[in-house]
Amino acid sequence: MPIPFPFSAVVAQEEMKRSLLMAAIDPSIGGVLVFGDRGTGKSTAIRGLAALLPKMRAVDCTYNCDPEAGDDYLCQECRTKKAEKGSLKSRQVPVPVVDLPLGATEDRVIGALDLERALTKGEKAFEPGLLARAHRGFLYIDEVNLLEDHLVDSLLDVAASGQNLVEREGLSVRHPARFVLVGSGNPEEGELRPQLQDRFGLSVEVKTPTDLPTRMKVVRLRDEFERDPEAFVEKWKAKDAKVSRQIQKAKKLLPEVEVPDRTLEETAKLCIKLGTDGLRGELTVIRSARALAALQGDKTVTVDHVKTIAVSALRHRLRRDPLDESGSTSRVERAIKELFGE
Amino acid sequence: MSTPGPNPAVADGGTPAPLQAGPGHSPWDDAVLAAVLMTIDPVGTGGVALRALPGPVRDQWLSIMRDLQPEGTPMRRIPLHVADGRLLGGLDLAATLNAGRPVAEKGLLVEADGGVVELAMAERIAPGTAARLNMAFDSGEVVLERDGLAMRTPSRFAVVALDEGVGEDEGLLNALLDRLAFHLELNYVRYDQAIACNYDVEDVLAARPRLPGVTITDTQVETLCNIALALGIPSLRASIFASRVACAHAALEERTEVTDEDLAVAGRLVLAPRATQLPPMEPPPDAEPPPPEPEEPNQDEEQSNQEPQEPQELQDKILDATKAAIPAGLLAQLQMGKLRRSRARATGKAGAVQNAPSRGRPAGVLRGEPRAGQRLNVIETLRSAAPWQRIRREERARAGKPSNRLEIRQDDFRITRFKHKSESTTIFVVDASGSSALHRLAEAKGAVELLLADCYVRRDQVALVAFRGQGAEVLLPPTRSLVRAKRSLAGLPGGGGTPLASGIDLGMMLADGVQRRGGTPVLIVMTDGRANVARDGTGGRTRANEEALAAARAVRSLEIPALVIDTSPRPQPQGRELAKEMGAVYLPLPHADANALNQAVRATAG
Repeated sequence: MPIPFPFSAVVAQEEMKRSLLMAAIDPSIGGVLVFGDRGTGKSTAIRGLAALLPKMRAVDCTYNCDPEAGDDYLCQECRTKKAEKGSLKSRQVPVPVVDLPLGATEDRVIGALDLERALTKGEKAFEPGLLARAHRGFLYIDEVNLLEDHLVDSLLDVAASGQNLVEREGLSVRHPARFVLVGSGNPEEGELRPQLQDRFGLSVEVKTPTDLPTRMKVVRLRDEFERDPEAFVEKWKAKDAKVSRQIQKAKKLLPEVEVPDRTLEETAKLCIKLGTDGLRGELTVIRSARALAALQGDKTVTVDHVKTIAVSALRHRLRRDPLDESGSTSRVERAIKELFGE
Repeated sequence: MSTPGPNPAVADGGTPAPLQAGPGHSPWDDAVLAAVLMTIDPVGTGGVALRALPGPVRDQWLSIMRDLQPEGTPMRRIPLHVADGRLLGGLDLAATLNAGRPVAEKGLLVEADGGVVELAMAERIAPGTAARLNMAFDSGEVVLERDGLAMRTPSRFAVVALDEGVGEDEGLLNALLDRLAFHLELNYVRYDQAIACNYDVEDVLAARPRLPGVTITDTQVETLCNIALALGIPSLRASIFASRVACAHAALEERTEVTDEDLAVAGRLVLAPRATQLPPMEPPPDAEPPPPEPEEPNQDEEQSNQEPQEPQELQDKILDATKAAIPAGLLAQLQMGKLRRSRARATGKAGAVQNAPSRGRPAGVLRGEPRAGQRLNVIETLRSAAPWQRIRREERARAGKPSNRLEIRQDDFRITRFKHKSESTTIFVVDASGSSALHRLAEAKGAVELLLADCYVRRDQVALVAFRGQGAEVLLPPTRSLVRAKRSLAGLPGGGGTPLASGIDLGMMLADGVQRRGGTPVLIVMTDGRANVARDGTGGRTRANEEALAAARAVRSLEIPALVIDTSPRPQPQGRELAKEMGAVYLPLPHADANALNQAVRATAG
C-alpha cells in the first residue's frame, strides 16, 4: 500500500483540516464534504488523517461492534453473545478509513453472497461490503459527485438509518453501519445531488493558494515526499503524533463541554436570519462548535466558536437564490457580521 | 521563429493555434523532448496530453515514444469504451467456472503498472472513466471493489492521452489535463519536420538513476512558482510538475544540480501551454521580498554553495523563454482581452465532453428484468448465476429432480444500463439588446440556474446563447455544472441592436450538435421579436426581420422543439409570427420572474 502523505505536512487549507479533525472528534456532526479546485490536497489530507486517528475499542466480530453500544447497534452475533454472557470482550483496533472507489459495484458496497464459499462449499453466506467495513469509522468517496446514482441511493438510506439492510440473492441480513461520510470533488465536473449534500455535516470549499510562499512550500514538500516517502514520513512523525494526541484529548473532553443558553440563542438567531431549512443546520452548528471547543481545550462553547465554524456548517444548507450574485459563503459571512459585529 | 507575435488569422477563427516554440526550439523537438522526460520520470510527470489528429506525425511521435521505453516496460492501449471490469479488474468468469472458486482478472491499469497507458480518443472519454484513472494517479494503486472481490494493487503509470479534438469546444477533461505535465500540440507540425530524435533508450536508462540525486534550490522553485502565478496558472500541480521536469532534464543532461537551462525547458514544456494570461509588465509586488524560510522541518539547502543568481533576473530570463513558447493564437487572444475564451481553451471543456456520444454507451450493469427495451446482459447474468450452480443443483437433487443444466433464476438477471439515453439540452437564446436587456438577462440567468439546480435529477444540460449589437455568442456551452454556469453568467453584457437571426442561427447550430450526438435539444428563444440587425451586422429592420423568419423556418425544418417567450411589455405580433415560423410554442410573458420562466421551460421540455 502506498505511503500516505502526512496530515500535518499538508500546507494551508486550515478550514479543511479543522473540519476533518472535528468530524473525527464527534462523528455525530455528520461528516465533511470537501469541494474545490484541483490539486489542493483534498484527498491527500483525508488519506493522511487515517494514519493518525487514535485507536478504538471493538468487539472481535465482523463489524467491529462497540462493546458499549446498545442492542440496536450490535450485530446479530454480538447481540446473541451479549444475551448469553452479559458482556462482550473487546480489544483496541485502528479506526477504519474505507475508500469507496468509483466503479465499485453494488455487491461490494452493501455486501452480498460470499462467492468463495458459494463456489467451493456450496454454502449460502453473507460477505459484508464496504459499509460494514466502515462501521464506526470513515467512509471516503473521492469524486463524490461522479458516484453512480444507485450507489448514492443505498448510501443515503444507510447513512440515515445507521443500519444496512441487505435483501438480495436470497439473503436477508441486517447489520449496524454508522460511519463518518467524507466526500471530495470538483464542482466543475458536476453537481452533487442535494439529498446527498445535505447528509454532510460540514462542507468546505478549498481554493488553490495564491500567495507565493505557500505555493512554494507545497511544491517543496511534495517534491521531498516523492523523492523519499519513508524519510519524509519519519520527519513528520512527531507532528502527526501531536495531532493524534490532540484528537484523543478532545474526544475525552467532549462530554464535559457545555453549551450555555446564550450560545444556543445566538445560533438560533443566525439560522433564522439565514432561513436554513429545519433544525439540522442548528444542530450541526452546535455540535461542531462543541467539537471545536474540545479541540481547543475549552470547556464552554462561546459565540466565537460558533462564528468560526458557522460557514462550514451552514453554507451548503442555504436555499439557492439564483439572483443573489454572492455565493452562499459570503451570505453566511454577511449574516455573522450583521449579527455579531466584527 | 524568433518572435511569435499575434496571429490574428488564427486567433479569430477559433481554430487551435499552432504550437510555437522558443527561439531555436521547434515544436517537434520539444515534443520529442517531452517524450524523453516523461519516460525518465513517468510517475513524477504523469504523462502527455497529445493534441493531434491521427496521421503520420502522430504515429511518428508515438513510435519514438515507444522506442524510448526500456525493455519490458508494459504498454497498454485503453479504448474509449473500456468497461470498468476491464479497466479496474473483476471476476474472470471463465476461469471462475473452471476452477470452482473466484478467480480475479487483472485490469488494464494494473497491467500497465510501471509503464505507459495510451488513451485512445481521450477527448471523448467518459467522466467516470477519467475519474477512475485519476484515482489511480493520485493514490498510486487501483482499489477494486467489484464482483465480490476487494483488492488493492499498486499501479503507477504515465498516460499518453491522444486528444483528437477539433476546435476549442473539444478537448481533454480538466481533471485529466491537470494531472499530465506535458500538453503538446502536433497538428501544425509538418511530416517532413517530424523525423529527428536525438535520444534513445540508453539516454533514458542513464538518466533514471541520476534523477533522485538532482537538487533544485529554493530560488529555482520560487522562480517556477512565480512564473506560474504571472501566467495565471492556478493549479499547483503545474508548479510541481515544472520542478519535476526541470530535475528530469538535469538528469538527462548529466547534471546533479538544476540549471537555468533546465528551468527554461520546464517553463516552455509545462507552464507555457497552461498560460491563461500574459504576465504583468511590472513584477508583482509580493514577488520582490525573498520568501520566508519554511518554518517546518528545516531543509538543508546550504549544500548548494553556488552564487545564487538574483531571483528577479533569473525569473525574467525564464519568463521570457516561457512566454516565447505560449501558442501565438493564445497570445493574440490574451492581447485582445478575450480572456473568457482563452480560459475555456486553456482549461479544457468538461461540459462539452460530458455531452459526448449519448446513445448506446453502456454505463454499468444493474439487477433487473429485461423489459421495456432494457437489454439483458448475458455475460453479467451468467456471472451472477455462476456461484449458485452448486447450491441450486443440490437443492434440485434434494427435491428429487436432479439435472445438469445451468440454473438461472430471476434474481440473476442483469441488464445493461445506458447513460444519457434521453438526455435533453435546454438552449436559451436570449435577446440582450436594448434598454430592457439587463432586466431580461437577470431573468434568464435565474431560469438557467433554477434549471441547473434540478438538472441533476433531470439529467439535463443547459446552454446559453446571447445576441446583441452585431452578432451572437455562446456564453455557456452545454453544461451541467452550476459553477461553470454561474461563472459565465456573471459577466453577461447587455445593450445594442437586435441581431435576432444570428441568435437563432447560433442556437440552432448548438441544437443541431446536440441532436447529432443523440441528445434532445430544446430551444428557448427570449425576445420581443423586433429584429433590427441583419446577419452581416448591418442595420435595417426589414431585412433583419426577413432573415430572422428564415432562421426560424430552418429551426422548424430540423424539427427542434422550441419555445418563444415574448418579453415585450405588451405582446407583439412579431413574436407570435416568429413562433409560428419556428413551429414553436408561443408564450407572452411580460412580467416573468425566474420561477415562472422555469416552469414554462419545464413544461416545454417535458
